[in-house]
Amino acid sequence: MANAQPAETFSPIFGRLTLDWIPYHEPILVATFAGVALGGLVVLALMTYFKLWGPLWRDWVTSVDHKKIGIMYMILGFIMMIRGFADALMMRAQQAMAAGEAAGYLPPHHFDQVFTAHGVIMIFFVAMAFVTGIMNYVMPMQIGARDVAFPFLNNFSFWMTVAGALLVNISLFVGEFARVGWLAFPPLSGANYSTGPGMDYYLWALQIAGIGTTLSGINLIATILKMRAPGMKLMDMPIFTWTALITNVLIVVAFPVLTATLALLTLDRYADFHFFTNDFGGNAMMYINLIWIWGHPEVYILIIPCFGVFSEIVSTFSGKPIFGYKTMVWATACIMVLSFVVWLHHFFTMGSGASVNTFFGITTMIIAVPTGVKIFNWLFTMYKGRVRLEVPMYWTIGFLITFTIGGMTGVLLAVPPVDFQLHNTLFLIAHFHNVIIGGVVFAVYAAVSYWWPKAFGFKLNDKWGKRTFWFWFVGFYFAFMPLYALGLMGVTRRMNAYPDAAWQPYFIVAAFGAVLILLGIISTFVNFYVSIRDRNENRVGNDPWDARTLEWATQSPPAPYNFPFDLQITGREAFWTMKKQGFTWPKENYKPIHMPKGTATGVMISALALAFGFAMVWYIWWLAILAFVGMLGLGIAHTFNYKRDYYIPVDEVAATEAKGAAA
Amino acid sequence: MLRLRTLLLALAGAFALSGCQYHVLSPQGWVGDQQRNLLIISTLLMLIVIIPVLIMAVYFPLKYRADREDTSDYDPTFEHSNKIEVAIWGVPILIIIALGWFTYDYTHKLDPYRPLDHLEAGAPIEVEAVSLDWKWLFIYPEYGVASVNELAIPAGRPVNFSLTSSTVMNTLSIPALGGMVYSMTGMETKLHLIADETGTFPGRSAHYSGPGFSHMTFDTLAMSDEDFNAWIEERKTDGAALDRASYLELEKPTIDEPVRYYASVEDGLFDRIVEMCVEEGKVCMGQMMMQDEMGGGGLAGIPNAAAYSYDRARTIDGFGNLIDLPEIEVKALHEAFWNDPAAICGPDFAVTEDTKNG
Repeated sequence: MANAQPAETFSPIFGRLTLDWIPYHEPILVATFAGVALGGLVVLALMTYFKLWGPLWRDWVTSVDHKKIGIMYMILGFIMMIRGFADALMMRAQQAMAAGEAAGYLPPHHFDQVFTAHGVIMIFFVAMAFVTGIMNYVMPMQIGARDVAFPFLNNFSFWMTVAGALLVNISLFVGEFARVGWLAFPPLSGANYSTGPGMDYYLWALQIAGIGTTLSGINLIATILKMRAPGMKLMDMPIFTWTALITNVLIVVAFPVLTATLALLTLDRYADFHFFTNDFGGNAMMYINLIWIWGHPEVYILIIPCFGVFSEIVSTFSGKPIFGYKTMVWATACIMVLSFVVWLHHFFTMGSGASVNTFFGITTMIIAVPTGVKIFNWLFTMYKGRVRLEVPMYWTIGFLITFTIGGMTGVLLAVPPVDFQLHNTLFLIAHFHNVIIGGVVFAVYAAVSYWWPKAFGFKLNDKWGKRTFWFWFVGFYFAFMPLYALGLMGVTRRMNAYPDAAWQPYFIVAAFGAVLILLGIISTFVNFYVSIRDRNENRVGNDPWDARTLEWATQSPPAPYNFPFDLQITGREAFWTMKKQGFTWPKENYKPIHMPKGTATGVMISALALAFGFAMVWYIWWLAILAFVGMLGLGIAHTFNYKRDYYIPVDEVAATEAKGAAA
Repeated sequence: MLRLRTLLLALAGAFALSGCQYHVLSPQGWVGDQQRNLLIISTLLMLIVIIPVLIMAVYFPLKYRADREDTSDYDPTFEHSNKIEVAIWGVPILIIIALGWFTYDYTHKLDPYRPLDHLEAGAPIEVEAVSLDWKWLFIYPEYGVASVNELAIPAGRPVNFSLTSSTVMNTLSIPALGGMVYSMTGMETKLHLIADETGTFPGRSAHYSGPGFSHMTFDTLAMSDEDFNAWIEERKTDGAALDRASYLELEKPTIDEPVRYYASVEDGLFDRIVEMCVEEGKVCMGQMMMQDEMGGGGLAGIPNAAAYSYDRARTIDGFGNLIDLPEIEVKALHEAFWNDPAAICGPDFAVTEDTKNG
């Protein structure tokens, strides 16, 4: 304990923020900061040089177009993935080094922040950003809508998520982040055992981003229920839209629990309440139950839209409708309900009675049934099909293999006596990376390669796409199979050093796997670069994959209004039916199209939310009050904004459609 | 196939590289054995469905490739089949029923709270384990000795653990003997384990608990009865006394604490640790709960707040150093309140109080 935390001081202007909290004595952080600052300056300079500020502000930042917001979510996801993955590399390097007497290069104070940040960022700002982005981009077009139900709310939700992400990243250079693990169990996360601003960054970042997520959930549910094209019954919706609906129901039910739980912990930390403390009758077990009542549905919030992505891809590339559509829908609905009755399996070791543990163990296993059914449905969609092994299918097959293995280890962990042994070991870490990388990450890559031509009008590079896949796929097995092995030796997670040098080779293999994944991530960006550079050679039409759902009836990239005319839907696989009937868009009789108008209110409120969060972290009360009043004021002022919509004139629609037809 | 081979090679390579001990797969005690058996049963049960899925996942896309020579079996109308539906729901349900039965059986049999008397393996010994920042304290109530970061147990006899914690949550984990259970402040949990053979097994905290967490390791020495008795005797002859004062000293956060022993242990110390009242002048948890039951101290109880405060005196910074916070000064606040309630709660409050008193 050579170091000590800066002393707690308070000034009316800067709160408890002092120069001592700037980590200029940490070479890793200084170098990172220099890199980020330099890169940032280059971007700023280039943007100024090419005069991009205006277009960025008008066409993106203030846009309420669901497609642009979807793309911005994806950009956020990729940027935060770099951050989260850098944390992962640091952990793998530390554990590869710190065997026996060796201490490695990261002291606990730093290492513990790294693993907390890794978990928080990957779940809240990478996986959540990705799935929300995909749902935002694809779902409205799949139901034949022109935008989401509440376009302004959509823009606001996105910027609140960005504000949360920024707050986490600010903690890198101003102060510190939490050292509590991604779910911040008290009493460790309470006021006495997590002093300093790190835990407060955690709370406010998640609260701000959580508002965005909840609102986005409400928005997308309303969109699916109220904005489907005429004639599209619920049972006619594409599977992806179904999964989006179910996911957003989960979000709306589960996220308020997170908000309330974190609010209670915030009261503990700020106002000396004693919900989760040791003393005055508080009890941490309440927090652990509450956080997992949100936390378990959360993992389904991440994976269910991914099931939808794979359903669309398997069906398209097999040239067949999805096998067992109705089963698929009901299986997903089963998972939705069951996900709320399994939370206790995260802490069988807390000492509940055998009957309670049995109940939660068996409910957990039951989830394997609908999940297994879905996997069989994908397999039987390929059966007797014409399977085109394009890049999205690579990811899908990789997913089927990897996710199945992850599912098996998951059921093992659901058996209470087995969990007594494997709880909190690296076996658990291997399991959830197995399902989250094999499920969510693979789905995101599949979705990006599948819908990229729709979004930009040209395909991604095939060669780099396959390289990305192979690096990720092989890298995953190298990185996580050793962790399964270590888990079976009883090795605990979150150790920054370990006494048994015999474990080291496994950690080295895992670190090698992480390097392979790094190559996969680099390949991703090379792929983007190469594909954008050669875009004119890779231009494709509106329906490059011979797909079956409505989003492919639009232009690539879609016009702001998506569809020039209202569609009348008569059944499932609307676009496939239209193609069979030789449908073409009429070339005349356009009508003016009613569209929502962009607004800067969302980004402005979110900027104030960021200021509010920062002020609360550092006890800068005057700024917190100002920012909060400002948020309320802007929100009220926005209700008087009557310039919310406009009509795209007939001429413009005709011109856009003519251009699309020529391309 | 290439994928599978890389995977297998990676695994084989990893196994070959070291002579590691797969404690979970080759445990040294009955509890661990049973848990391992259940692990294997569950895995085999699941492989019934996992293996066909893995094969189909590779075989179907290859067999039904779009560029295959004979596409006459292409059937775009094949989107439903009652037979397949029955199989894909039925088989997993049957497997889960079987697994559910094993789960029910084993979860009750291996409930960590269930004593191991049914093994008829000799008299059990009691161990009271306390997770401190960041070390383990083991108290042997039957022998009146205690050790830090070293656990001695007689092989072949059940060990009845009572667990608690001084500040934050930890988990007592000795993978070679069997599963783990949380240790939590203000609460007592139970764990029952047994070592079949003599040997030295690693133990640690398996729940992240702060800066010194990685060093919360200890050796579990499973000894023959004679060696164990000798160990106990040796403890009694040297070492300090563990009383309330020396416990409070020991409890202060340290990292990588060496093994040490206590020749005597004050009676009832563990209960006081559980009830968070080792320190003089602190109200025990049970007492507090009774007071709450009776309606609590009310406003008149405010000056006593310090007697219920526990965490505050144990406040640490991010590196594990104690931060010295002054005791809560509710007394001054309280007196100010009685002198002029309106200043704190507004005039209305003062009126109601007056009415009440009147």
